[in-house]
Amino acid sequence: MSGDTVADMPAETVSVTGWGRTAPSVARVVRPRSYEEAVEAVRGCGRRGGIARGLGRAYGDAAQNAGGAVLDMTGLDRIHIIDTTGSSSTGGAAGTVMCDAGVSLHRLMEVLLPLGWFVPVTPGTRYVTVGGAIGADIHGKNHHVSGAFSRHVLSLELLTADGQIRTVERGTPLFDATAGGMGLTGVILSAAVQLHPVETSLMTVDTERAMDLDDLMARLTATDHRYRYSVAWIDLLARGASTGRSVLTRGDHAPLDALPARARREPLTFRPGRLPAAPAHIPEGLLGRRTVGLFNELWYRKAPRSLTGELQKISTFFHPLDGVPHWNRVYGRSGFVQYQFVIGYGKEDALRRIVQRISGRGCPSFLAVLKRFGDADPGWLSFPMPGWTLALDIPANLPGLGGFLDELDEEVAAADGRVYLAKDARLRPELLAGMYPRLGDFRALRADLDPRGVFVSDLSRRLNL
Amino acid sequence: MKDAFGTPQSLLVLGGTSEIALATARRLIARRTRTVWLAGRPSPALEAAAEQLRALGADARTLAFDALEPGSHEEVLGKVFAEGDIDMVLLAFGILGDQARDEGDPVAAVRVAQTNYTGAVSAGLVCARALQAQGHGSLVVLSSVAGERARRSNFIYGSSKAGLDAFTQGLGDALHGTGVHVMVVRPGFVRSKMTAGLEEAPMATTPEAVATAIETGLRRRSEVVWVPGALRLVMSALRHAPRAVFRRLPV
Ligand SMILES: Cc1cc2nc3c(=O)[nH]c(=O)nc-3n(C[C@H](O)[C@H](O)[C@H](O)COP(=O)(O)OP(=O)(O)OC[C@H]3O[C@@H](n4cnc5c(N)ncnc54)[C@H](O)[C@@H]3O)c2cc1C
Ligand SMILES: NC(=O)c1ccc[n+]([C@@H]2O[C@H](COP(=O)([O-])OP(=O)(O)OC[C@H]3O[C@@H](n4cnc5c(N)ncnc54)[C@H](OP(=O)(O)O)[C@@H]3O)[C@@H](O)[C@H]2O)c1
Repeated sequence: MSGDTVADMPAETVSVTGWGRTAPSVARVVRPRSYEEAVEAVRGCGRRGGIARGLGRAYGDAAQNAGGAVLDMTGLDRIHIIDTTGSSSTGGAAGTVMCDAGVSLHRLMEVLLPLGWFVPVTPGTRYVTVGGAIGADIHGKNHHVSGAFSRHVLSLELLTADGQIRTVERGTPLFDATAGGMGLTGVILSAAVQLHPVETSLMTVDTERAMDLDDLMARLTATDHRYRYSVAWIDLLARGASTGRSVLTRGDHAPLDALPARARREPLTFRPGRLPAAPAHIPEGLLGRRTVGLFNELWYRKAPRSLTGELQKISTFFHPLDGVPHWNRVYGRSGFVQYQFVIGYGKEDALRRIVQRISGRGCPSFLAVLKRFGDADPGWLSFPMPGWTLALDIPANLPGLGGFLDELDEEVAAADGRVYLAKDARLRPELLAGMYPRLGDFRALRADLDPRGVFVSDLSRRLNL
Repeated sequence: MKDAFGTPQSLLVLGGTSEIALATARRLIARRTRTVWLAGRPSPALEAAAEQLRALGADARTLAFDALEPGSHEEVLGKVFAEGDIDMVLLAFGILGDQARDEGDPVAAVRVAQTNYTGAVSAGLVCARALQAQGHGSLVVLSSVAGERARRSNFIYGSSKAGLDAFTQGLGDALHGTGVHVMVVRPGFVRSKMTAGLEEAPMATTPEAVATAIETGLRRRSEVVWVPGALRLVMSALRHAPRAVFRRLPV
């Protein structure tokens, strides 16, 4: 171990990947347990710099730094203040939490739900940190109503390349560069986050089926505004007339009076429940077109044609995959990529073409997710913008996949859409500036704030961020 | 950086005029590769090769490198790594020699061994250390089926490739866990200028086929790649053939 780390700060040199388990690289992973140790870690990054890492749920190489330092932030996991009345120094209205960046949304739910508060935005997994949520400016099923995560961040503390800790208020350039900035402006140490009040820990959910893509888009367009949370699962292996067939699940937090009498006594309990982990070694090629197609078929048929007001647990509604720890291993050694893009309203033709191409090619993709985004937030590299977003998983060992996704990128770029960096592991760097018009500002701010390039990641090297 | 499919953005070729290496470079440029260094003995052919890759959109540069001068490797190759990360090194230099002549000309025979084996030991170690410091990258080494079991008809070349192959495997093990991926490529008879004028062996293949196999090997992070793939089985049978039989085989 090199001698430039602080005495006894946990550190080890290990192979690191994102959730998709592609493109591993080796880094010195240090785990600061205090702000002082974080400062030391940044000062001691060395020639190949450093990058913050949360729970490693970004699919690609965003939280990796080959040959350099990776700051595992999960050791900074204290919740400092929970302000339910709006009286304290968090600066917000009632319902704000001030916590370290390494706290997971899972932990926040455990602590806050019994108090009647919920995180403002949750992705498809609870196992992300607050730092990762801001770094990728994540979105949830409520984006059309609530925007991205950063919309609910009142302020944050950022450890910058010079070793200083700055308080960054919303509405400032540094805040907008950091929200969605993929850890490249510095290490977020803590944040004050505005919460959402709930009466119960259950969801009331409406489920309906759509027979094809047009049917789906029509339903989402017509009635999304009635729901706080909305998402559709598409079977991308269905072809011909049923191309784009899907199941819509939409809902809101259940009010107290929607609960049966027994449940009303403990309306705010949070018991997600877990299944055994996926085995560590799984043979390649298990997930072919046939097996995945069969799974999707069964799943579509089992969904109710239409069902309203069903009560579901938060974990069932938001985080179905969290029930199986390490489910990413089912893709075997080569791992998988997630492709997620957004295309603006009015460009539905491009979306149709892409969906058609994916199903025409028969990519063995489990349920893909389609959702409507609302207004964009100001983060310079923040992904969401008004339009349709589609996300799908594909095994990385599929021959020709690289070229195929490049072609899809061209469609996305031509339609003024963009690809999500938190999911990316393969975008052609030349397309980035077109997709993220504020990239120039981002680079300029970085050059100014971090002239020696202390903060680097495999993602930033690959895409020249 | 390599992408999710193992495709490099920057490539260093040792043996910059190798037809197999250039076919590989063309293929990778068509996907992601932008920066290419062609290291080799200065010649118009080396410059022409770089020009050809530039026409495909790559930023291709040449540098003087001689496998027979291991003393210079550290400095020459160090300069390349100092300019930026190298995602993939393709060790492609090699000479076939002329077995019949070289048996009577030990100095010429030694040149085959020094180019293919000791030259590669030196260049391989220099690159391995630089890749290790990066924490990522692939070292792809063109070995040969000829090294799998030395044959009467070309054991000088064969033994040099056997040494190279064993060296590369060991290096791969040494680099395990460092983020560096080492891949041995064992082509059979490839139609290139190295084999021009020779009688074709069974299962002869092309530089393009080797390039495709390399791209797939990168995606799978393979440790050994045979080209064509069926050679793995053929060679495993030949390896176990009794000596008296093997000696008389027309291979
Ligand atoms: C099953 C699943 C479902 C998902 N669903 C969604 C979804 O619906 N919507 C969505 O938006 N995303 C989704 N994601 C992606 C995930 O929300 C983001 O990648 C998120 O950033 C992961 O957080 P993390 O703590 O794991 O961060 P990591 O993956 O470790 O890091 C992600 C980025 O954040 C930066 N970062 C992390 N911590 C800090 C810090 N303290 N300071 C500065 N930068 C930091 C890293 O440098 C990196 O660039 C999903 C992922 C999975 C696995
Ligand atoms: N062709 C086959 O059938 C076959 C089969 C199995 C394995 N291989 C191996 O694959 C590799 C590439 O072969 P190829 O078919 O592409 O042949 P090639 O076109 O003849 O390439 C050989 C390369 O080696 C270079 N070289 C020779 N001596 C050198 C030295 N002292 N210093 C630097 N470079 C030197 C040559 O450069 P100059 O231009 O300076 O000569 C040339 O670039 C070789 O290692 C070969 O052994 C080939």
